[in-house]
Amino acid sequence: MTFREAIRKALADSMAKDKNVVLFGEDVGVYGGCFKVTEGLVNRFPDQVIDTPVSEEGFTGMAVGAAMMGLRPVVEIMYADFFTLVFDPIVNHAAKTHFMSGGQFCCPIVVRLPEGSGTGHGAQHTQSPEALFMNEPGIKMVAPSNPSDAYNLLVSAIKDNNPVLFFEHKLLYPAEGEIKEENVPIGKAKIVREGSDLTIYSYSHATVTALETADLLQKEGISACVVDLRTLKPLDREMIHRTARATGRVVMIQDPSPAGSVGSEVISAISTDRETFSKLKAQPVLIGGKQSHTPFSKELEKNTIPNALQCAETIKEKLL
Amino acid sequence: MDKALYVDALRLMLDSRFFEEKTEELFKQGLIHGTTHLANGQEASQAGLCMALRDGDWIVPTHRCHGFTICRGSSPFAMFSEMFGSSHGLAKGLGGSMHMPDKEHWNLGSSAVVGSGVPLATGIAYNMKRDGLQNLSVAIFGDGASSRGSIHESMNLASIWKLPVLFYCENNKYGMSASSDKMVSVPRVSDRAASYRMSGKTVDGNDVTAVYDAASQACTYIRSGKGPYLLEVMTYRTKGHSKSDRRLYRTAEEEAFWLAKDPIEHLKRLILKEGLLDQKQLDDLVCERRQYIEDQSALALEGAGDRLTTDQALDLVYAKEAL
Repeated sequence: MTFREAIRKALADSMAKDKNVVLFGEDVGVYGGCFKVTEGLVNRFPDQVIDTPVSEEGFTGMAVGAAMMGLRPVVEIMYADFFTLVFDPIVNHAAKTHFMSGGQFCCPIVVRLPEGSGTGHGAQHTQSPEALFMNEPGIKMVAPSNPSDAYNLLVSAIKDNNPVLFFEHKLLYPAEGEIKEENVPIGKAKIVREGSDLTIYSYSHATVTALETADLLQKEGISACVVDLRTLKPLDREMIHRTARATGRVVMIQDPSPAGSVGSEVISAISTDRETFSKLKAQPVLIGGKQSHTPFSKELEKNTIPNALQCAETIKEKLL
Repeated sequence: MDKALYVDALRLMLDSRFFEEKTEELFKQGLIHGTTHLANGQEASQAGLCMALRDGDWIVPTHRCHGFTICRGSSPFAMFSEMFGSSHGLAKGLGGSMHMPDKEHWNLGSSAVVGSGVPLATGIAYNMKRDGLQNLSVAIFGDGASSRGSIHESMNLASIWKLPVLFYCENNKYGMSASSDKMVSVPRVSDRAASYRMSGKTVDGNDVTAVYDAASQACTYIRSGKGPYLLEVMTYRTKGHSKSDRRLYRTAEEEAFWLAKDPIEHLKRLILKEGLLDQKQLDDLVCERRQYIEDQSALALEGAGDRLTTDQALDLVYAKEAL
């Protein structure tokens, strides 16, 4: 099953189980969504798949109000770039309502955000904006890298009583993988490759890069452990420290640029913990994309995010 | 409005007025910190609307929310406690003057981002329609917020889906210092209803009977399944925008004109004229309501020191349970 189909299955299974799960978004009905994730769902769930006008702030705010009354809306924002339009309902309202009401209301909303570059869509359709929310209390963030996690984490996100931002990297949609239906709680990272010389942290599409990097290093006799963070907020700090202490050499690989990012938070966690820091044999390394907008030109676009070859070279140069 | 309701309306309006007066006094005494937005002069709008609602109808008020909160049935003690930051407050002291949600009284609480409560109210209405309820939600906003895109998007959404929302524009002539005459492109905000194929109306917001009648008609229209309705009430806040406002943008003559149209004095005259109360009974009622608010505030002040610990507050950042 592909990553795209896994998300569709999670939506379908959740809607079948609970009538309060309702999908809102532009062209999510007959059209099947801009990336065909929701294809066919409207036929099975005509009352739960709702096409909206081009009114991101309006329909997301509406979904927030409905969630406070017990609905479990899943909002598809066509491109994660358009999140700028829903900052207010999500950050000022969904994120704060449980706190600001003294616990009277909660806001179980999921916002699905297709993100990432590599598609030739230019600078306003290719961003990965997760870093913008790292410092926002009250929301959770999930960014799976494979179909099985995508399925299980979306199911968990829909069940969660807090607002969850669900990042789907567009390059992952066709990725194939077997679905193992299991409880994957939000907040748990996963070791996706065992290794003893160094630990690579990554999430979403960059996990593919991290695994390729580990393959390249293996050919030279270097054994890399790869940790897929899966949840960006709250980070699985226990797993981060355990795996950093085990190898003493850490590297974070991510697509967005490093400044104020998920990776800088991971490196900060590692560097500011006395015990983990004392186990380090080399300085932590953070490999991210360029601090740049995404260029349209194909070669230039490719060069804005890290690739495995560059990552392997950087690791050998700085860590070993 | 049936004459039998006049005294009930006056009671709510007096509670709202005395609540604001007490709040201003407590701020001046330095007993409350932060800021507050008083609604003196807007009591007819608050009471007239809330009296037209049924149990199960939700409101999403503006940041000038005290009167709506009282008229929907919340306890002034819990409201004062909220402003004292005490754990007895509606939001356990985490909200303050602008955030007084009360689930028990169908009040979602205000958004302090003006106009942002309107899509939330539209969402409440979405659920009501989906669940086949005969209830409605009221999206309350001011003339200032009427220029927000979120409101226009919500009106379009509510109209295409025929949602049971009452868009309630409390036009008090100013968004902070900006006069609606300069900031709104149409003579009346309700003129915009036609753009969204909604019905709309503007009435005197200082006459509680006019507000009640118009709101009741709008509610009947909405409950009959015809979709949303835009009701605008024309009123005036006799105090400034917030406690730091020097009111340089309006004239003393204008303020005097509106003070003469005080909604409470208007209703008192009506009650006397109709012989519903005599002067003595009216004076007694005023004293009784003033004392009630005084007592509620004194009680809240007694418990003002009871606060959540920082850990208890942090514990509320995330909801705990999942399905």
